Amino acid sequence: MSSVISQAVPGDHIRISTDPSTEPFWQAAKEHRLTAPHCRQCGHFWMPPSPYCGVCQSQDIDWPTLPGTATVFSFAICHRSPFPDVADFTYVPIVVDLDGAPGARLVSNLVGVDPDAVHIGMKVTVDWNPIQDDWVLPNFRKA
Amino acid sequence: MVWVNRDKCAIVGVGATEYYVRGKSWPRTINDMAGEAIMKACDDAGINVKQIDGFAYYSTAGAGYVDKFDTASLMEMLGIPEVGFSATLTSGGGGMAGAAGLATAGIMNGDAKYVVTVMALQQLKQRLGTVFGAGAPSPESSFLQPSGLVGPGHLMSVLARRHMHLYGTKRSAFAEIVMSQRENALNRPTAIRRTPLTLEEYYQSPMLADPLCRLDFCLETDGAVAFITTSSDRAKDGKNKPAYIHGSTHGGSREWGRAFAWMGMPDPDFASSGHKPVADRLWEQTGLKPSDIDVALIYDHFSAMVVMQLEDYGFCKKGEGGPFVESGAVRFKGGSIPVNTHGGQLSEAYIIGMTHVREAVEQLRGVAINQVKDAEFALVTGGPASLPVSGMILRRG
Repeated sequence: MSSVISQAVPGDHIRISTDPSTEPFWQAAKEHRLTAPHCRQCGHFWMPPSPYCGVCQSQDIDWPTLPGTATVFSFAICHRSPFPDVADFTYVPIVVDLDGAPGARLVSNLVGVDPDAVHIGMKVTVDWNPIQDDWVLPNFRKA
Repeated sequence: MVWVNRDKCAIVGVGATEYYVRGKSWPRTINDMAGEAIMKACDDAGINVKQIDGFAYYSTAGAGYVDKFDTASLMEMLGIPEVGFSATLTSGGGGMAGAAGLATAGIMNGDAKYVVTVMALQQLKQRLGTVFGAGAPSPESSFLQPSGLVGPGHLMSVLARRHMHLYGTKRSAFAEIVMSQRENALNRPTAIRRTPLTLEEYYQSPMLADPLCRLDFCLETDGAVAFITTSSDRAKDGKNKPAYIHGSTHGGSREWGRAFAWMGMPDPDFASSGHKPVADRLWEQTGLKPSDIDVALIYDHFSAMVVMQLEDYGFCKKGEGGPFVESGAVRFKGGSIPVNTHGGQLSEAYIIGMTHVREAVEQLRGVAINQVKDAEFALVTGGPASLPVSGMILRRG
């Protein structure tokens, strides 16, 4: 086990953009609600948001509040800063399966953990990272 | 069903600039280097550059990931009087091996006689290694870029991790890809990395995105490569032995889709190269099987993706790629399927896959540096990436 603890990517260096299809996800995140597009016709969940259900092509979409927990599907461990003006730090990019939204994944970061303890199948819970332009990004911590 | 255009067209000329370490090609420009590669390819084919009447690009006609090719500019620059075909495969380097199929489509449709495929790459302002981290993300990539997976190697490390988890693949398998290709590069004059590599050095290489270390990442280089495709009838009169396009497929399944540009793939697609559908069609198109292939030029942007392609093309069973390569199977000396006999993108140079076409043609002409004896069939693959991915089999003329 290492003494290093994984950090969040600094929020003041993160920008996003939105469009009408993706904005409900980000508006919910501002309220610290994790959501994903859900088809009211066939029940399918998917990510990232897009204007049609990929199973039945319906546009009858709603945005249920999810439990905010997830399972690690895979991950990387990075020790170098992605930004030239930020000193090196350790961060753990993760791909997670979202609880309550079967089939929907999120690519995020696992923060506050010993990277050597991260494993596929690990249970995690959402954490919120303020980023540029008053948006909020979902990160995860150990559940 | 066997492809109607099997062996109907051939690659008759290949040309390349020298390969430069990233940024060192300046003050040459993209068009300067592309022009040299195209004219050398014409010379190799025994034609005048003015005989080119078609362009078949891949990577959305990208020249690297920042610049774009424009057929009109190339025509003006090279004095090409008229074209009947100007088309590209979409997305990125995944389509590289499919560009020959695109050229075949233009030629067999009667639109063009001599079609050029070209790639030039110059990394001055923007390194490809961090291309995904630059600039404000689109609404779609806003779900990926904030994670700090800043480059393709970071993204593919997540796939490699899943492969290790599902199948018990070890880093020693990735090391074997790196080591075997370095050995192939030692005597290749065009290779950027030509010094012997020890296993100890491999394990000392810094982790850029665990489980992948720097030596698992391909080179970042500048340069240009072009090849000329024509009909087999015309190819008979060429200066060199033709390399017949025995099969060429591109595409892929929705499950792979945008691949590591989104990470939505279910198992078993996630820990794969996304090539299985195009590989299956390639075998069907040609009537061949993996054991018929004499030399495989497998797109090696990252060592782990070579292992997964070997599985998807059926050189070994799914999940057994690790032990397969560790058995020595991909070695030029003594392997059952020599892979990347030119050192590949890990050790020779990275021109978005085109160096693999050059090597395949050299192998089939019998003039390769590490010549596979009596090589008759060469497999070339495009990069595991967002669809389309692609593969091609060339046959000795």
